[in-house]
Amino acid sequence: MCLGIPGKVIEIRDDAGLPMGKVDFGGVRKEACLAYLPEVQLGDYVIVHVGFAISRVDEEEALKTLEILATMGDMVRSELATMGPGMDEPTVVSDDGTPATGAFGGAPA
Amino acid sequence: MKYLDEYRDPVLAKKLVAEIHRVTTRPWTLMEVCGGQTHTIVKQGIDEALPSGVRMIHGPGCPVCVTPLEQVDKALAIAARPDVIFTSYGDMLRVPGSSTDLLALKARGADVRIVYSPLDALKIALANPDRQVVFFAVGFETTAPANAMAVAEAARRGIDNFSVLVSHVLVPPAMTALLDSPQNQVQAFLAAGHVCAVMGWTEYEPIAERYRVPIVVTGFEPLDLLEGILMAIRQLEEGRAEVENQYVRAVKREGVPLAQRQIFEVFEVGERKWRGVGEIPASGYRLREPYARFDAERKFDVGEIQTNEHPACIAGAILTGAKLPLDCTAYGTLCTPQKPLGAPMVSSEGTCAAFFSAGRGLGGARSPLPVTPLVQVAPIGRAGVAEAPR
Amino acid sequence: MSVEPEPFAVSDGSSPLTERSGRSADAGATIEPEGVYCPAPIAEGERVILGHGSGGQLSNALLRDVIGPALAAAAPGGPANDAAVVDVAGNRVAFTSDSFVVSPIRFPGGDIGELAVNGTVNDLAMMGAQPLAISLAYVIEEGLPLEELAAITASAAHAAAQAGARIVTGDTKVVGRGAADRLFVNTAGIGLVPDGVAPAADRARPGDAIILSGPIGLHGVAIMSVREGLEFEVEIASDTQALNGLVATMLAVEPGIRVLRDPTRGGLSSSLNEIAASSGVGMVLDEAAIPIPGPVRAACEMLGLDPFHVANEGKLVAIVPADSADTVVAAMRALPEGEGAARIGEVVADHPGMVTIRTIVGSERIVDMLVGEQLPRIC
Repeated sequence: MCLGIPGKVIEIRDDAGLPMGKVDFGGVRKEACLAYLPEVQLGDYVIVHVGFAISRVDEEEALKTLEILATMGDMVRSELATMGPGMDEPTVVSDDGTPATGAFGGAPA
Repeated sequence: MKYLDEYRDPVLAKKLVAEIHRVTTRPWTLMEVCGGQTHTIVKQGIDEALPSGVRMIHGPGCPVCVTPLEQVDKALAIAARPDVIFTSYGDMLRVPGSSTDLLALKARGADVRIVYSPLDALKIALANPDRQVVFFAVGFETTAPANAMAVAEAARRGIDNFSVLVSHVLVPPAMTALLDSPQNQVQAFLAAGHVCAVMGWTEYEPIAERYRVPIVVTGFEPLDLLEGILMAIRQLEEGRAEVENQYVRAVKREGVPLAQRQIFEVFEVGERKWRGVGEIPASGYRLREPYARFDAERKFDVGEIQTNEHPACIAGAILTGAKLPLDCTAYGTLCTPQKPLGAPMVSSEGTCAAFFSAGRGLGGARSPLPVTPLVQVAPIGRAGVAEAPR
Repeated sequence: MSVEPEPFAVSDGSSPLTERSGRSADAGATIEPEGVYCPAPIAEGERVILGHGSGGQLSNALLRDVIGPALAAAAPGGPANDAAVVDVAGNRVAFTSDSFVVSPIRFPGGDIGELAVNGTVNDLAMMGAQPLAISLAYVIEEGLPLEELAAITASAAHAAAQAGARIVTGDTKVVGRGAADRLFVNTAGIGLVPDGVAPAADRARPGDAIILSGPIGLHGVAIMSVREGLEFEVEIASDTQALNGLVATMLAVEPGIRVLRDPTRGGLSSSLNEIAASSGVGMVLDEAAIPIPGPVRAACEMLGLDPFHVANEGKLVAIVPADSADTVVAAMRALPEGEGAARIGEVVADHPGMVTIRTIVGSERIVDMLVGEQLPRIC
């Protein structure tokens, strides 16, 4: 339980005694209460659930996870090719909706 | 979107799937407890990509689904009152009570409003001083800090026309109740990532040790789930039973201490009935005495509620993972998301709804999930049926 | 806080997971699913609920079970299309009617006036027709500022001029406070369908290509962002626009376009499911090929909504013979209304009536139709 998504804190202010932040989720901005994460600063990423920041995203750990995944196993392209439908790298869509080229999501894979 | 898109990379996803296949040498049964994880697993077809011996059981991870019928009926009784503005998270609106649901009540003229955050409910209370504003405080531990803050703020600012109908449920007691059941088949758990972000994972260590089950704190994106499943299977294959953290970017062992402190300032642990499952001791929160005046149950004296669960609904068996929706005679026929008989079909996180929306078992030409007979167990909530021998 | 849970004492022979019903297990009894009888389910089908207007399954059920049967004597029957085509002295006239009840009546990217005109023009365009004449009728709630009424009407006029349509008649009614949500708009529109052009919901065939004219979810998210209880800031606007110019270009390149549909309420998945059902075909979509703008995805993530269920207003889906797909897409991309056009899938003979999608994990899952009202969720 569950629906918490990561966003960037772009503003911090006080609202009648409660620290509130404006959080940017990839183009959508919404207020979130920062009361539980006093150490959060502008530019930090937080996980927001029902209008509350419940955790700060640890950027280092996030990158580590992706690195581990990227270097995992010694998969050969041909092995990947035998694994089923949807195998071709899909086209990426940029924010204005037009197709672009490149790895999906632009992750450091 | 940063910190989301990267965890949906299809190339990495396929690598993880391949690695899972590589390390799995025996059949295993895993359970994810969180509805959001169920949603991703079913929507992305993750369980179908796993080796055929690995079975994912979808646990009671949807707090909306497990909200006891009594609480839903109380909510309906309160919302029907003309002096009340009843506020709730969106997904509670279609949960069937004994005879109706909040959305239908709204159609009949009750002032029922969806809010995104409990603080919005407080704002409504401030803006409507002559009405009573009640907030349906549902959720797992993830939502408790928000719900607690609403009550704490109401107290601090003297917002006396505000009250909450509490129906919190806790994950660890549910896990141990499952593990204690003689029918239990689960050998490893994926623990709910955001529950643990708040509470940390110290409560799970004694569980892993006592029951010898691996528990992996897991996130919600496809890569998170695949990695969590991989870590759990590795533990099983190696004979380990520890708590591990896959969701390292968001979860620390101690959780968020300030949030925990706020929760326990406002709430205390108490009994909770889980819809379709029954009473699990010490598995819910209730308001502490100093906050009693914000307890909607006391404020509105809703009296003795006679509940009436639909007899065809096997929610209990679904929620404990004992049965799949495909095993339910009402699934897809009498019971659909349009006309749900029970909670797991209402909430889009519920197992039945997740299955239905992915089209499983609905007789399409491509029905991805083979219908395999499960061990016969007594459907919970049905009258007079018993356990067949295993 | 470390509450160590006590193992549940199983003293009375019952499992911790048994409902407290006081009944004990009967050794030797077995389950007989066939023996379970199902009494009538909760009879909450007696009133119209919001979900009936959502454009999804409930809407279809309302038409099928209540409105359709009641109209039977007067209605021609046949597949549900965006507009009707009636024969008028040898001409094929497209005829459509719509009501607009959006709230708020002014939203990022437009207002109810232009929405109404564009929506009507588009319904005609989906039958291949250029708009000839439109009617505009208002039901106004007492108290609406005159300035707003004037501004919205000017918007409607401007939209009509843009589309080359004329607003030729209308009506105005005023109702008491609370009897209408500020302003309801009803329209009707007529247009001529050219010879040789007959897009219809039941004409999709296996092998055809499915084309989408641009990114989805913009209108619905723009509206939701100003909806009470959910307010959020987002830099997107409703995509409301007239598509008759785009359709004319597409038909010039491929007059044999099989189906045109604008995925409004109910979103992309509802439209595709309806077409699949009407045509008796299946569809397979490619998740990666469907353009969803970042902020739309973000808003849907935040609220727990499915972008495929979110309403659009200036988009269309076209089903065309496979060998003209690329030419059609290229022609679309040359116009601003079609700049994000993309081929998103194909029509298949398998699983008729069902739409599936290839996920990033490589699995295929079914794309469901919206059921009722879209509700934001916490789970």
